Amino acid sequence: MDLLDFARGPVLVLALLVFVLGVAWRLAGVLRRPRLPDLSPAREGAPPPWQGALRGIVSGLHPRRTFGASAFISGLNGYVFHIGLALIFFGYAPHIDFVRRHIGLGWPALPDAMMYLAAGVTILSMILALVLRLTDPVLKLISTGNDWLSWGLTFLPVITGMAVITESSALTLVRDHPIFRGPLALHLLAFELLLLWFPFGKLMHAFLFPFARGATGVRFSHRGVKS
Amino acid sequence: MSGATFDRQGTQSDAQRLQAAMHSFVSEFGVTAALHLESCVHCGLCAPACHFHVTTGEPRYTPIHKLEPFRRAYLREASPLAPLIRKLGLVKAPDIGDLQNWQELIYDACTMCGRCTVACPMGIDIAELIKEARHGMFKAGLVPDRLALMDRTARQWGSTATPGEDLPDILAEAAREHGVSIPCDLPQADILVTAAPAELGEHTKALADAAKILNRIGARWTMHSQGFDASNIGFNNGDLELQEKLTRSLVDTAVKIGAKTVLLPECGHAYGAARWEAAKWYGQALPVRIIHMTEFLDEQLAAGKIRVKKIGESATFHDPCQIVRRGGLEAAARRVLAALGFELIELQDHGLAGYCCGGGGGVVSNPRAAPLRQKVFALKQQQIDATGAQHFVTSCGQCRITFEQGAKKAGWTKPTESLLELVADHLLD
Repeated sequence: MDLLDFARGPVLVLALLVFVLGVAWRLAGVLRRPRLPDLSPAREGAPPPWQGALRGIVSGLHPRRTFGASAFISGLNGYVFHIGLALIFFGYAPHIDFVRRHIGLGWPALPDAMMYLAAGVTILSMILALVLRLTDPVLKLISTGNDWLSWGLTFLPVITGMAVITESSALTLVRDHPIFRGPLALHLLAFELLLLWFPFGKLMHAFLFPFARGATGVRFSHRGVKS
Repeated sequence: MSGATFDRQGTQSDAQRLQAAMHSFVSEFGVTAALHLESCVHCGLCAPACHFHVTTGEPRYTPIHKLEPFRRAYLREASPLAPLIRKLGLVKAPDIGDLQNWQELIYDACTMCGRCTVACPMGIDIAELIKEARHGMFKAGLVPDRLALMDRTARQWGSTATPGEDLPDILAEAAREHGVSIPCDLPQADILVTAAPAELGEHTKALADAAKILNRIGARWTMHSQGFDASNIGFNNGDLELQEKLTRSLVDTAVKIGAKTVLLPECGHAYGAARWEAAKWYGQALPVRIIHMTEFLDEQLAAGKIRVKKIGESATFHDPCQIVRRGGLEAAARRVLAALGFELIELQDHGLAGYCCGGGGGVVSNPRAAPLRQKVFALKQQQIDATGAQHFVTSCGQCRITFEQGAKKAGWTKPTESLLELVADHLLD
């Protein structure tokens, strides 16, 4: 068993196990906290809570110009690397093939050129996020180890992934086995490290954000606040 | 943080203060607070939403940073990972020094206006979390002295302005001064009318104007010495016992006299405390309807029960945070302004995105915060002047006092006008 077999075998199983159980544990731990019902009468014409939650989730989906240019740029940058990461993970043909081999689920891939562009933009955007965190006085004050670790463990799979690409994805997919087993193993291990860290740090916002935004959406719509 | 200003009340030891605060913090960590404390990605986008950060450039006024001891208490005591966090010492436990140092950030530098809540991409209701953190600070006896003094007064009198037994005399005096009838302590009425403390002192015209309108529509109404002060200082200070006592005094009095409606004055925090939080003290739906003066005016105008002369000039409007951003009455105030025939010129930041006056959440009563308030006033003054509007109007007495204080210090001569007083002054027969 070489490093790639190790990464594809026991480490992958462990990482997925920790990811799934960890996310479930953290979500359940938060959602089981006591719930105080709001007994105040809702504003006349207020939508039902589920609609308020939905409005709260959707209204947070666009960066706002209202709060200044720097906040807008910073917010916009966040959207850029989130979308970039999603495109890379879900759109790159070898990634889809990886998923198909494990759970049998597949979908059409995006062209390689688009993937290279997405990866390049994502890397630049993540570097900008890091520079902002290192230099902005507010971000310096509120940043914790969680932020640095989460950035590093998100960046690592992207950069190791770029290092593995030596040919078109069509060629990669027709091979029986990968040419560069070592770099691919490192890429997979980097991704598995991300999965292992995911439930413990701020990356959990990927699962928490609809609940957090939804809760405020319910509160606002109950009061007739048009967010 | 070093050299922070803080006050202490009571004779508790440091250990007792810390324990009281932590116990209170933990009791606040319901599902919504937990979701919001878990979801922060430290993006810092709340900072440019905060008037105190914007006007000083101080990173420590970043809204989410004001919650740091509260956040650490959550992570160590209530989060799903708490045992791991404690075992590995991943998050420092808040100590008494932290609580003392954060007093300024929680009380002086936050008006609970909720602008940061709107800015947060995760939807974290930071204003609500600050309010919850204040509950623990109050339990620990770590509140600015002036707010603590007002708290003690309200506990004794049921109001920060006057004891209930003096209310009939104050109302009689206001009635004489303004030439209106102000009923007090009637045994039966349909509407229980309440006041803000300033209306029992320097702003009695607002009280008289409310009376004028209520008398005009032929309402059966009264004020009552057992429940009259709606501006709930317990809500601002974090004193839950007082908040409940003051809330109950209003609702119980309304029930006692058979009133179906409690009419709140032009006061933002009165609306927050009574409209949205009164029911939680009852454990069931309230037996009375609670409405703000702005809603009342809007309803009376819409129903044609009162009519007003068109002023036909331009006006700009300051949206009181608790009434608009956290209360949902953005459109109501604008309908009243339209009825008055104003050409409304909006502030650069208005409605949900409007800046706070700088005095909400008890900050107006806290002399320590005066320099901060003045910086926010300069921001508001600039936005108001930029509209070129002839009138500057708002619908909250506390905002009005904050603006009046700021104007006095800045030598700004534009008066802050009350929506209620404008309606009353322009009533048509």
